[in-house]
Amino acid sequence: MATITVDGNDIQVGDDERLNVIQAADRAGVAIPFYCWHPGLSVVASCRMCLVETGMKNKDTGEISMMPKLVPACQTPAKDGTVVVTNSPKVRANQNFVQEGLLLDHPVDCPICDKAGECWLQDYYFSYGHQERRADVRPFTSRKRDLGEHVTLFVDRCVMCSRCVRFTQEVSGGSELLVIDRGSHAEIDVFPGFPLDDQMSGNVNDLCPVGALCSKDFLYQQRVWFMEPHDSVCTRCSTGCSIQLHVSQNQLYRIQPRYNPNANDWWMCDIGRFENESVRAPERLSSIEHRSADSKTGAGFSNRLWPEGLKAVHGALSEIAARTGGSTLAVVLSPFLTCEEAYLLATYAKTISADVVLALGKVPVEGADKTFKSGFTIRAERCPNRLGVEQILRHFQKSVIDWPALLKKVEAGELQGAYVSAGYPVAWIDEAEAAAFERLSLLVVHDILPSPLARKAHYVVPGVSFAEKDGSYVNHSGLIQWGEWGLTPVEGAHVDGQTFSDLLGRKGLYQAASVLKELAGIVPFFARAADGVPQAGLNLVTGTEKHPRTTALGTVTHPLPTFRSVGTAFLETEAVSRNGSNPISG
Amino acid sequence: MQPDSKQIKWVDEPKLGLAGRLYLTPLIDGLSLTARHFFRTARGEGFTRQFPEERPLFGNPLIYRGVHRLNKDEQGRVKCVACFLCATACPAHCIDIIGTESPWADREKYPQSFVIDELRCIFCGMCEEACPVDAIELTSLFDLTGASREEMVFDKEKLLSVYDQTCDLEPMRSRGPAAHSGPPPGKDH
Repeated sequence: MATITVDGNDIQVGDDERLNVIQAADRAGVAIPFYCWHPGLSVVASCRMCLVETGMKNKDTGEISMMPKLVPACQTPAKDGTVVVTNSPKVRANQNFVQEGLLLDHPVDCPICDKAGECWLQDYYFSYGHQERRADVRPFTSRKRDLGEHVTLFVDRCVMCSRCVRFTQEVSGGSELLVIDRGSHAEIDVFPGFPLDDQMSGNVNDLCPVGALCSKDFLYQQRVWFMEPHDSVCTRCSTGCSIQLHVSQNQLYRIQPRYNPNANDWWMCDIGRFENESVRAPERLSSIEHRSADSKTGAGFSNRLWPEGLKAVHGALSEIAARTGGSTLAVVLSPFLTCEEAYLLATYAKTISADVVLALGKVPVEGADKTFKSGFTIRAERCPNRLGVEQILRHFQKSVIDWPALLKKVEAGELQGAYVSAGYPVAWIDEAEAAAFERLSLLVVHDILPSPLARKAHYVVPGVSFAEKDGSYVNHSGLIQWGEWGLTPVEGAHVDGQTFSDLLGRKGLYQAASVLKELAGIVPFFARAADGVPQAGLNLVTGTEKHPRTTALGTVTHPLPTFRSVGTAFLETEAVSRNGSNPISG
Repeated sequence: MQPDSKQIKWVDEPKLGLAGRLYLTPLIDGLSLTARHFFRTARGEGFTRQFPEERPLFGNPLIYRGVHRLNKDEQGRVKCVACFLCATACPAHCIDIIGTESPWADREKYPQSFVIDELRCIFCGMCEEACPVDAIELTSLFDLTGASREEMVFDKEKLLSVYDQTCDLEPMRSRGPAAHSGPPPGKDH
């Protein structure tokens, strides 16, 4: 064990840990301010904000010899005998001057800056800056520049930490961003004709400690202190990035990645981040619809109310199983279902009849896996939970019948009825594929968006998107992660788990956590998740995973600027006139 | 402040004399005042103010907290930069703003919609305290009426029209240019 002294307190660090002084001080509960350092990027020590006094303690005599000059904490390894002083007048004066120097060129247009509220420059100015600005510079409007499809650069707000430049060089690998000019004229830019357009560009907006890089998607949409973060899991590919939904007034404003060393590190791709229209799409299915058999030619759909509509669905399914036998009824478990929902639906199917055919829903595949320089991968398999659903299917009927096999069964006329759960955020089935289901005498489609299949259904049951439900997903490597709901379901739709729970005849509200406990007791694959899923997930295949250390400060293991300066009590308030004419909530 | 502080001057209630304890003299005092007012009003010298024909006078209309207005800059554009600070400060959550990119070259952001629910508002004045560009101000208009709830939800156009109505009587408190306009000083590249 190495002993490091931070501001007079000794802390022990493991020999193989290779920490720098910022991380070591963080364990001692001392915050060293920094801009340019990021645990996922290389060290440049360019911002000079983290300068501290260091020295070495002689083990035998106990004598401490200090270095005459300040050194950057991000670049100094914390080794045995290192002595760090972070609160001396010399260190304070340096932090003071760095802050003042950064603000000389800064527009101070916080009122219109999207980063205000989670800006490190703002936070540090309160903690380490001067009380008033000595420079005679009036606030001005920053110059603005387009960097790519999702990124806008406010040139004058930049503090030249070069995090974004290093990100494109080391993580995404495209090297689109660069620093042009020198000294106080230095700016971030792209080469003409080579915009920042790769599929990880959104991350530079999170990395930027100030308001220089802003997401076009979120620009001017909402102030950060109004939004409430909800930990969730991205469902757009089988990597299953840990994400946070930022929600205000029941509207999803943005999605940011959450640090998870087992899945996505600090990053996420632009598909998961920006392509979330399905969550609040106006065409979302919003009531149980029933098409009577005699009006097949016309628009014969009629709305049914929830309890009766669901009873009718149950009645129709039971009737098919009773009339033509359980093996003529198929229940399709979508890979977009959470493990809990898949378990409840499979249990329900087996209560109708033990012979009911359970199948895996269509697994959408797009191209090939796309791996970036750091190893971050966008998987070709564009669904979150194939592995989890497969495990549940194996438990209930030994083998997995996949989508092509199910289609064959339908075409061969082996089936009379089907319950197809879907929940795909994009179009997933074409007319030709859906046409095969026309021969069924009962088709129930449980989906969130209208599709060719839903138009052929006898019953349409509205489900909810990932942002509206609790539950766990098992990613490509067997990592089970817990996602929490951030939005209430669209009007008329019920949470999928509640629907299955009602179909099963269970009383009361659906609680995903208790269903997971039940599932862990029944399906051995999930046994480790019986007591809940921690933030970084549990790997059910290998049985081991990394759990990030939570320190007293919690800033260094997860250095994304997320609501750090705002109290939670403040987040609970919402600024909205409750009147009917409110333009946001309608 | 402690109860035994030197700064507090404690005053005892004066003891009532015999006349006071009889309650007859205060009664006569009070009735005579009523009678005086009665006869003065009967002679037409009353204190009743003929509202709304006769408007009450304010000591200083600039500090009265009545209906809101949205100020305009020299070019007649809304001064607000849609920073949401008034909505943040508002304890009644009556302000609702939708910000968007401004159509003007010298301004970055402006309110696409700015709605105040005047029925929700408690007229505390926190919004004008919070405003960094002096765009929202409370006027001395106090007799706010409407036939429906919808009518009392003021949108941007209505709030700007309140400015047009009141700008002569109550000048803007800050006459300086909007804080976020003009070219960046000291930037030559």
